[in-house]
Amino acid sequence: MSDYLQRVSGFFQALGRPVTEQLVALGRAARFFVEVILASGICLRRPGLVVREMYFIGVMSLVIILVSGLFVGLVLGLQMYDTLERFGSGDIVGMVVALSLVRELGPVLSALLISSRAGSAVTAEIGLMKTTEQLTAMEMMAIQPVARVVAPRFCAGILSVPLLTAIFNVVGIFGGYLVAVHLLGVDTGTFWSQMESAVDFRMDVVNGFIKSVFFAVAIIFIAVFQGFHATATAEGVSLATTQTVVKSALVVLGMDFVLTAFMFRGI
Amino acid sequence: MAPTPPHSAAENLVTIDDVTFAYDSRVILENISLKVTRGKVVAIMGASGCGKTTLLRLIGGQLKPASGNVQVGNLSVPTLNTAELFRLRRKMGMLFQMGALFTDMNVFDNVAFQMREHTDLPETAIRDLTLMKLHAVGLRGAWNLMPSELSGGMARRVALARAIALDPMLVMYDEPFAGLDPISLAIVGRLIRTLNDALGATSIIVTHDVQESLKIVDYVYLMSDGVVMAEGTVADIQRSDDPFVRQFVDARADGPVPFHYPAQEYQAMLMES
Repeated sequence: MSDYLQRVSGFFQALGRPVTEQLVALGRAARFFVEVILASGICLRRPGLVVREMYFIGVMSLVIILVSGLFVGLVLGLQMYDTLERFGSGDIVGMVVALSLVRELGPVLSALLISSRAGSAVTAEIGLMKTTEQLTAMEMMAIQPVARVVAPRFCAGILSVPLLTAIFNVVGIFGGYLVAVHLLGVDTGTFWSQMESAVDFRMDVVNGFIKSVFFAVAIIFIAVFQGFHATATAEGVSLATTQTVVKSALVVLGMDFVLTAFMFRGI
Repeated sequence: MAPTPPHSAAENLVTIDDVTFAYDSRVILENISLKVTRGKVVAIMGASGCGKTTLLRLIGGQLKPASGNVQVGNLSVPTLNTAELFRLRRKMGMLFQMGALFTDMNVFDNVAFQMREHTDLPETAIRDLTLMKLHAVGLRGAWNLMPSELSGGMARRVALARAIALDPMLVMYDEPFAGLDPISLAIVGRLIRTLNDALGATSIIVTHDVQESLKIVDYVYLMSDGVVMAEGTVADIQRSDDPFVRQFVDARADGPVPFHYPAQEYQAMLMES
């Protein structure tokens, strides 16, 4: 009888362990988030540190954002025109491309691309600093690594992602314009006027911007958290980098649904 | 019979008093006590994994002991809050085993790092001071190299220049001789001694390189399994006929520190399969 009870208790313990482990991880992340926010004053005191990181996170991501934005716009133009033309509405392709990009694809795809390029790089860099004792050395020099290493990257990420999203949207719309006007023969005036009349600044552009800020906080926080808490081995850094990309993608997609529901359905 | 270290309480910069430290149930240090006199170069020697680096981390306040006290100057390190600890650390320098140079900065910026972070000195003064530190370790000409362009010995010397950047009262060296060629080893050894004397600092060297450290240190603690097994001046250690000291100093493979990791009886283990 006691054997049976022990097995049952073991089963429930095994069932509950992953939950408690996740709760502990969540608590640790929340504590680290507060720590990073409190340390972020350094971004105002020493903007040079943030500008330097913006170069690595923002400027170095420009190529992937420009190329991806252009191709997404090109494909959107082709697909939307083909579908809309079946209903005799090919002329509104500019509006559909712009709304799709500004509301959804711009913020989401930019966030996914930046987390893959810059987020993983940030994790690997901080993880490697930990592995080679650079963070410990900093602590021994009476310098807080969270303030000197993490906070500038966090602030730079939050500033860079919305800017890169805006660039992605502009280039995407330009791609849609190239396909619709120069390839499929939609009138230029119609393309732009439909877009102008349908895209609302507050409802679409500002909401898209708000989304990109939320995504920015999420992906850059995941990146710095994973790097800072990576196991100090080559394998640990590699695992943390993978985790950054996977978790960022899941969080961005999940967050997008929630934000969309609040913003565009009035929940 | 261990000789009494020739120093009074006021002369001791670091006092480790009956310290025990454990990672969970694994005891690393057990009721260990030692003293480091001001102005001296003291070596803490022992085999890998005997708790030497843990001892440095306790002195630097990165770890807290389960019991006992670690005192630096007149401050009890485990009781300090973060701000007090950081104030104390500004008076300490530490050289890490692999240098721990900041890989995104060149040699100059690595050495100037603490000056820029902790002082309001103008850039011209920082430049002069940094070049002086680099000159002291013989690497003034390498100021613009990146850490990836340095040899192991050069990286260790840059790390040494960085450790003394703010003229600390206490410099801690974690395995400063590990992985160095004989020339670099002699250079680093000589630098530790001369810089300690020139700065009027106190140095603690954690090492298992017996021959090189005995050339430059004033006092030696020999550790094994988290306890101090022997201590004394260099002459005391060299004269000692204690089996543990002899095994360590003469680099014997077997002795009080066994060659084999504890295991069940050999034949029985083979028969099991």
